Amino acid sequence: MSDHEGAPEIMLETRGYDLYYDGFQALKDVSIAIAARRVTAIIGPSGCGKSSFLRTFNRMNDLIPGTRVEGEILMGGRSIYERDVVELRRLVGMVFQKPNPFPKSIYDNVAYGPRVNGVRDKGKLSEIVETSLRDAALWDEVKDDLNRSAMSLSGGQQQRLCIARALAVEPQVILMDEPASALDPIATLKIEELIRELKAKYTIVIVTHNMQQASRVSDDTAFFLTDESRCGMLVEYGLTRRIFTQPEDQRTEDYITGRFG
Amino acid sequence: MMERLFAMRSRVGAESAETPRDEHAATHLRRRRFVQNVAFGLMWLAGLVGVVVLVAVVGYVLWSGGSVINWEFLTTPPRGGLAGEGGISTTIVTTLYLVGLTLAIATPLGVGAGIYLVEYAGEMESRSRFVRWLVIVARFGVETLAGVPSIVFGLFGYALFVVAMQFGFSLMAAALAGASLILPVIIRTTEEALKAVPRSYREGSLALGATKWQTIWQVVLPAAGPGIITGVVLGVGRVISETAVFYVTLGGSASVPTSLLEGGRTMALHVYYLAMDTRAFDRSMGTGAILVLVIVVINATINIMSRRYMKRMMGNV
Repeated sequence: MSDHEGAPEIMLETRGYDLYYDGFQALKDVSIAIAARRVTAIIGPSGCGKSSFLRTFNRMNDLIPGTRVEGEILMGGRSIYERDVVELRRLVGMVFQKPNPFPKSIYDNVAYGPRVNGVRDKGKLSEIVETSLRDAALWDEVKDDLNRSAMSLSGGQQQRLCIARALAVEPQVILMDEPASALDPIATLKIEELIRELKAKYTIVIVTHNMQQASRVSDDTAFFLTDESRCGMLVEYGLTRRIFTQPEDQRTEDYITGRFG
Repeated sequence: MMERLFAMRSRVGAESAETPRDEHAATHLRRRRFVQNVAFGLMWLAGLVGVVVLVAVVGYVLWSGGSVINWEFLTTPPRGGLAGEGGISTTIVTTLYLVGLTLAIATPLGVGAGIYLVEYAGEMESRSRFVRWLVIVARFGVETLAGVPSIVFGLFGYALFVVAMQFGFSLMAAALAGASLILPVIIRTTEEALKAVPRSYREGSLALGATKWQTIWQVVLPAAGPGIITGVVLGVGRVISETAVFYVTLGGSASVPTSLLEGGRTMALHVYYLAMDTRAFDRSMGTGAILVLVIVVINATINIMSRRYMKRMMGNV
């Protein structure tokens, strides 16, 4: 399944993973190994379970009553269910489709994660806020007024603030659920540039509808599709470069050439 | 999709010339405009009537009671007797005591119950049939309580707090009965306010490794704050203006209670006593006027504060 030469460090892995919503099977038999410090894109048509799959890794699906998971989900070789879910979510950050800053100041948004995780020292907090905002390429735009409400920022700025907020708790993985789909093209390019920079330190998994985006930002691509019973599955997974030029599966080729989806 | 767009465009082009169809559209538009004007006019009238009624009530109370209001009226206690002489100072203090004590009891209970129903029960409902049943009963109870006449709360308070628990006519008994009265209001508004907080805030917080309680305490409650405060303010108004409940739980002593187990007389009760038992109808109206002013001031203050708070949280809204 893998195109990698040698043996890259694996950050996230699923084996024979099934997902059920109230008895309805949403994903079946997904086995995938996601490499550390690379960008992995998950593509596929609407309703194929991409987002649900992404939300598996920080157990966000647990919030929806009636979800059930089977198979193994590993992080760093350990089952994610061995960790406390709160600790897991600190290690596996998430950026959502719609920017969702809290109705608090810019500073308090970024400091929120460290605070809830026990950082009390003011100097340390300010340092974390500045570093995170710099890493999210937002510092220069907001440094003069960190007490401004985050809600007054533009959509693109809000999304970068959400990225800074996720970085502030020092996660190992960042899950991105169509992070640019609510943004204009320029803001989208900024986010994509940021993703390419962030992969030096973080493992990034990004769900996207936009195939150009997947080819621009990702190293690896996983293509999901639904079968006749509306159940999602992994069709093909490998280096983005290969998936987009020489897909092995006919369905992948049909999708990336725009024949459906 | 594209084809349809092109088709629409060409149709727009074709209609730019004067045709019988245009004429029809023009008459039709005139009719639609007319309907709109009538509807707006009626709504404008409805709004106007609302304002006029409000101004009339407040104006009448102020006009007929205003003559007795002066500094002395505000700062001397009622003297009692058939003439109903004296001021209202002790009733103002008693009202403040009662409002404070009632809120101290009802706010934590009501907000807590609202949080439980919205944030916790929903999650447990899917797991336990007992909890689901309990929540249905609780919601039904809250809705029913909101519609129960206040004198029933009074009689309940009298039987339980005044007699059975032997608090007598006292601040304690009145505050407990008053809390029962405003609890449904606070629970309901808390529930509504919490439900209005977007799910994305909760998810954003949980995704950062915050516990559920941290999420509720630091993100959800501040965002729901203005809505919850509205419920509390409604409760304050209710306690200030309530007579039936306190008539049978607080007694009617004109002096300020010095302990939780002493009774007293709120401004609203004073209005009632003056109107029913004395000849001092003007003083009754005067007290009523002060009562109305107090409620106006409280509402205005909370409004301004909540608007400032929203502005700080949401930027320039």
